[in-house]
Amino acid sequence: MAKKTTSTAAQDRYSDGMVPNSSRKKESVGTLLTYLVLGTLFGIIFVKAEIISWFRIQEMFRLQSFHMYGVIGSAVLTGMISIQVIKRFRLKSLQGETVVIPTKPFRKGQPIGGFIFGLGWAITGACPGPLFAQIGSGYTVVLVTLISALAGTWVYGRFEKYFPN
Amino acid sequence: MQSFIDWLSQPWPWYIAGPLIGLTVPALLLVGNKAFGISSSLRHICAACIPAGIPFFTYDWKKEIWNLLFVLGTALGGFMAVTFMGNPEPFAIAASTKADLTALGITNFSEMMPSEIFSWENLFTGKGISFFVIGGFLVGFGTRYAGGCTSGHAIMGISSLQWPSLVATICFMLGGFLMTQFLLSPLMQILGF
Repeated sequence: MAKKTTSTAAQDRYSDGMVPNSSRKKESVGTLLTYLVLGTLFGIIFVKAEIISWFRIQEMFRLQSFHMYGVIGSAVLTGMISIQVIKRFRLKSLQGETVVIPTKPFRKGQPIGGFIFGLGWAITGACPGPLFAQIGSGYTVVLVTLISALAGTWVYGRFEKYFPN
Repeated sequence: MQSFIDWLSQPWPWYIAGPLIGLTVPALLLVGNKAFGISSSLRHICAACIPAGIPFFTYDWKKEIWNLLFVLGTALGGFMAVTFMGNPEPFAIAASTKADLTALGITNFSEMMPSEIFSWENLFTGKGISFFVIGGFLVGFGTRYAGGCTSGHAIMGISSLQWPSLVATICFMLGGFLMTQFLLSPLMQILGF
């Protein structure tokens, strides 16, 4: 029952169905640093598997390499198995909370916004994660792409009610 | 030790990288009940820096600081990977992609990003405005409108069996195919590649 309450409360805060944080507890500096470390590992994988490469994204959208499909496919499969294990064994987070998997109800924004993002993904060669890793890898001009992405996010937020959803 | 570093320095195959990325999902859930998603960080930065009284950006972004630390780490990881585990070999690309892109006017295939596009000199030209400014805007606008990106929808959403995320992912791919297969060539011609 407690699980359900948490999830609903979190959903109310985010009109776009984004529920990034089901935790209600205040986190220690140590825990926060864990996210920094996880992010760092994530960035290393992104660069080492060349997911941040504009060329790899071109290969993917030209159906000329299996690499990106392999990466995304095996990531999804691993995530799926992990979530099943977490549910089956009712694993709790380190804070002792029941793990909540946020639901994403369907909205028109998912296909429309998704399509718009796809256009940008093929131009920039980056989804939001790789943007950060590209900058860290020394492609500093991508800072401009990041600022533009922030502008895009802001414009969506500012005019949210005018877009079909 | 040296051979270990040599081994790390090679590009990692998909069957190593994909499962490791997938493990981010349970890692975040188990550390602090967090759903994997990167594009949210853009929203939190807007909420922190320029909320301007907009309801969409009026929430306690400090509670989401974990997400900002995660993306800061991603940038740091990018730095560490090229600094300590840099690939000494030239970048390898599929021959067919190389041929297609050569026809579009790309000549430098030695790095992960084409230097003809991603350089500061291009910033105030049509190339820079199209590839960084418009491209970035579409990424930021589209992901927020969709409520997630490759991590939040394709990986976290599909992993947790949510069909709206599958719809979103299919549309990411459709947009990408359309741009790459039909729009990129005329765009690059206009821009003078």
